[in-house]
Amino acid sequence: MVKDDLQQIEAEPRKGNALKFIIGGIVIVAAIIYLMVSSLQANIQYFLTVDEAMEKQLAGELTGRNIRLSGAVLGESIHYDMETLELSFSIVHVPGDIELVDEEGGLAAALHNAVMDPTRSQLKVVYYGAKPDLLQNEAQAILTGEFIAEGVFEADELLLKCPTKYEGSVPDQIES
Amino acid sequence: MVAEIGFGSLFISLIVSVYGVIAAIYGVNQHQKKWVSSAQQAMRLVFPLLTVTVGSLLYLLINNNFEVVYVSKVSSLSMPLYLKITALWGGQAGSLLFWSWLLAGFTSAVTLKKWERDQDFLPWVIVVGLGTLAFFLVLNTFFENPFVRYWQVNQDIVQSFTQPAGGFIIGPQNGAGLNPLLRHPGMVIHPPMQYLGFVAFIVPYAYAMASLITGRSDDRWIQLSRRWTLWAWLFLSLGLILGARWAYDVLGWGGYWGWDPVEISALMPWLSGTAFLHAVLIQEKRGMFKQWPIVLIILTYLLVIFGTFLTRSGLLSSVHSFAASAIGPIFLAFIALTFIASFWLLSSRWDKFKSRQELTSFFSKEALILVSIILLMGMLVTSFWGVIFPNISELVTGAKVTVGPPFYERVAAPILGGMLLIMVICPLAVWSYVSFKHLGKLLWKPFAVSLLGIVLPLVGGLTKVPAVIAFWLIAFVLAVNGFEFVRRTRLRRKTESESMVNAITRVFQRNKRSYAAMIIHIGIVFMGLGIIGIEFFQTETQATLAEGQELELAPYTMEYEALEIFDAPDARNVARAVVLVKKDGEVIDEIYPRRDFYYDSSQPVTIPGVRSTLLDDFYVILVDWKAVTSEGATFKVYHNPLVQWLWIGAWVIIGGVVIATWPDKKTSKVVSNSARPK
Repeated sequence: MVKDDLQQIEAEPRKGNALKFIIGGIVIVAAIIYLMVSSLQANIQYFLTVDEAMEKQLAGELTGRNIRLSGAVLGESIHYDMETLELSFSIVHVPGDIELVDEEGGLAAALHNAVMDPTRSQLKVVYYGAKPDLLQNEAQAILTGEFIAEGVFEADELLLKCPTKYEGSVPDQIES
Repeated sequence: MVAEIGFGSLFISLIVSVYGVIAAIYGVNQHQKKWVSSAQQAMRLVFPLLTVTVGSLLYLLINNNFEVVYVSKVSSLSMPLYLKITALWGGQAGSLLFWSWLLAGFTSAVTLKKWERDQDFLPWVIVVGLGTLAFFLVLNTFFENPFVRYWQVNQDIVQSFTQPAGGFIIGPQNGAGLNPLLRHPGMVIHPPMQYLGFVAFIVPYAYAMASLITGRSDDRWIQLSRRWTLWAWLFLSLGLILGARWAYDVLGWGGYWGWDPVEISALMPWLSGTAFLHAVLIQEKRGMFKQWPIVLIILTYLLVIFGTFLTRSGLLSSVHSFAASAIGPIFLAFIALTFIASFWLLSSRWDKFKSRQELTSFFSKEALILVSIILLMGMLVTSFWGVIFPNISELVTGAKVTVGPPFYERVAAPILGGMLLIMVICPLAVWSYVSFKHLGKLLWKPFAVSLLGIVLPLVGGLTKVPAVIAFWLIAFVLAVNGFEFVRRTRLRRKTESESMVNAITRVFQRNKRSYAAMIIHIGIVFMGLGIIGIEFFQTETQATLAEGQELELAPYTMEYEALEIFDAPDARNVARAVVLVKKDGEVIDEIYPRRDFYYDSSQPVTIPGVRSTLLDDFYVILVDWKAVTSEGATFKVYHNPLVQWLWIGAWVIIGGVVIATWPDKKTSKVVSNSARPK
């Protein structure tokens, strides 16, 4: 241990002052809890499917609200303007319930079914910025942003996932 | 044949693990030492056994045995050798096996020490180590077997390890290949570091459990596991930093940390592990709060398992998660069991680990460390809540919600500020009792120097208040550490009348641990500097440029020179832009942002071109280009001030931990003497 001049001033510990430490501890803990709760309230976002979002938008519940959306990317709808960096594409409804997705045979199958089914509801998405590497047909898109018109969603954050990419399904060569 | 050897060895190691657990418990119950030694032999055996299994899988990967399902999913003909080796942990089954292998390595290494003084711990360390290993081996044997192969049965393709009736092995010509995003040197070391960090925490946990079960409430378990804990902490830190570096270098969004649930699940054991390291210090020096280290190491261990579970259950979608899998419920059961067993044990021994000392001063070292532990735990609870809240909310209200990065950032910023403030005072505080007056006497000089941290940014035109506060705190911490070092050296010279050089080395040697701690904290402060730089001062712009055109983002200007498109030998097409970096009209650097397109998985990977200095990074992404007409290319450009310090801080931390754990006979004697509670 460091033996220096500091230890010379070590005074007799005073007894019976546990209370002030408990109060000090409570103040710190309370401050952290306050921070956490207030930040949480300010930053909660709805996480909706395409169907839910359209329904809520029609009811006027989403005006000016930042929300999160998930759906399947429709490959043929992807359009990118290099001059303005405007990226637009459509997403198709995919059920949000894990059980429903499992019924369809997993996420990859659910995304595939969604894109192949013309009766499903669709939303147009616009985004300004770089075109993400994973943006392709049947990718799962998770978007953060808000509605700017009926059926048009402006995303300020794009998160894409290709379920087949991270661990491939049976390779094509032997499936046929 | 190789697959059979691999699986056979895997299965035998499972049996050996289960045998070891049973033999250890039986040996304790019957007071028969030979059973415990037999269990010890079992623990030594699992590592070589699993090495055979891992070796077999590596052999299959390297030799392109695509009839093995795992190999066909994560490897391909065009991948270079080092990536084929990396593919060992590139998918679910392989990464679980790799994890088990590392775990076996650690548990085997623990048995190699001399146990004379600690015979009573041995069986319980074996039970915890081999019990955990058995759990992971069950997963690998029955649910995620990396040796499953393709079989053709009549017209169907079946995946099975054993030969189905009338089936014969069939393999594709080529595999799907490792996800291109993972084909980066950072990916070669990030997962192993992360896993090493995770797995190594099992050693202090095992000792803590042994201490609880045997009811030995002294510091012995802490002394035995100190080096393990430090290395575990270092590996975990490195894993996190390498992950951040990989994101910065490969993911091309100009950032390094996205508060992705999986990142958070790796951060959580780091937070509790850091808290554990500090709680241990209070117990060693003051014999106080003996229950805290135990609670914290249990928490860390649970969070390690929880983090492994999160990435493997299909519960989350992120760059890290593996495919959805059936192993989720089993994992949850294991976590629940560990949780109940650990805390039941702890509660039954609670009184034994009570300590009589009390806090005496707000500014004593133990009080300050206690506050920093509370702050770390606050961040931990916040992180946990952010990850778990969406699931709870869905259960309760039925509405799916999420919380984004702003939630974490708003809590993290003040907590980081508080931690910095404690780092200011802590090097000056002593154990037991300090008066504020005395502290003030030591503080005023560094405080005066730290004002430079306010003045300089203000003169430089900085207007963001939180940033100014942060810079001031950082200057303060550095000043305090500098002054403290000089003061101690002087003191030593005065009392021992030695030469300057001698005094410095002596002071250093005698207080190796305390200086190592100083260095590690300075590393943390450097990292803080990098985080502040990129969080507060990142600027960005984007434009489409024709060849020869310029784009300015103060203080740099980039000029788009040319675009080259060519095929690289490992089956990818590379589009590489040549960009000149200019400052004040003069060309100072040339960088090459590029986009690689991988043919076998038809996926592009964007790799930025970066000019890096201690002051700032100029980070250019090639977004898109017009291939035929070469009319122009689109770039996104970031200016990231100070971000280099994030990586420099990491190196400093490594240095500190190496010093702290450096084997030194003389020092370890000093440590064990002072480690006794006063």
